[in-house]
Amino acid sequence: MNYIWAGMIIFSVVCALFNANANELSAGILNSAQHAVEISLKLLGGICFWSGLMEIAQKSGLTRVIGKLLFPLMKIIFPELREEKEILGAISMNVTANLLGLGNAATPLGIEAMRLMQGKNPDKARASDAMVNFVVMNTAAIELVPTTVALIRLNSGCLTPFDILPIVLFNSLVSLTGGLLLSKIICRVVK
Amino acid sequence: MLNFSSYILPIIVALVIIYGLFKKIEVFSCFINGAKKGLNIFKTLMPSLTALIVAVTMLDISGGLDFIKWLIKPFASALGIPDEVIPLAVISPLSGSGSLSVFENILAKYGADSFIGRVASVMMGSTETTFYAIAVYYGAIGIKKTRHTVIAGLFADFIGFILSNIMVRLFFC
Repeated sequence: MNYIWAGMIIFSVVCALFNANANELSAGILNSAQHAVEISLKLLGGICFWSGLMEIAQKSGLTRVIGKLLFPLMKIIFPELREEKEILGAISMNVTANLLGLGNAATPLGIEAMRLMQGKNPDKARASDAMVNFVVMNTAAIELVPTTVALIRLNSGCLTPFDILPIVLFNSLVSLTGGLLLSKIICRVVK
Repeated sequence: MLNFSSYILPIIVALVIIYGLFKKIEVFSCFINGAKKGLNIFKTLMPSLTALIVAVTMLDISGGLDFIKWLIKPFASALGIPDEVIPLAVISPLSGSGSLSVFENILAKYGADSFIGRVASVMMGSTETTFYAIAVYYGAIGIKKTRHTVIAGLFADFIGFILSNIMVRLFFC
């Protein structure tokens, strides 16, 4: 992420020099920094709410129940967490929210899972194998019903907004599997 | 279907609280404790989100994204992917709001039931904002070395990108 971030910025400045639009770029830097604070503030309410609800779910043992339900799937993706019922529970909550299309809930629940994984992580600055697989899983969409896409299709005058559903599901599944496989192979090769 | 999904969230919230009461948990104070943890997460999350959003905006404004699209075009054409969906493929790993507006434009211009509209819909439905997820999840707990997360995440996006074109051809043509 270090070099990617630096690369994005340096590449942008070089492009701006070629396109002679440094004025717009200067304004854009300040505006987007402001925009970032707005987005974070919008997230804050959701994070607090779901962290609060997650605390109830953890204390009452609900996360462990859901973790047990998804355990057959989880032990394939996260074999190293087999014994960590609490962490698997939190991951399962995130997966469930993703499947149901509750993106706003999935993020705070996922952060909670990351926080628990960080507790078991020997090097606090370096991502563990489980963390990498978990984030990769969250970079692919695993929504059962892609409501946002369907809604936009409906608004643009489409009569059958859900006709693409089977392809979307198949695509998500294949790209998710591909991403996880690559991640696992790299985990094996580069320790 | 769309209506049904709006019931899911409130029902889940109620179920969690009912289960907590059933297990004799002090749900209110428990919630407050959890929400406080959320506040701590916010403190580490905001700086990393700022870093990412500024960089993505700079890429967009400076014309850097156009350059990337221009680079990708010959490869995409060779695979039979229509030029019109390339902007969506390039923006979708970087910005959620950006890809949403590009997607809406594509549907408005070509129609939701056109080949281009369908490929764009499948792409939109089967990818998440990769860099955003990475910034949020690692940013929230202060991880600096993300190892191969970016490569694997972008690889998943790449598969989705190629596959959406192939599958729509198989299904609708």
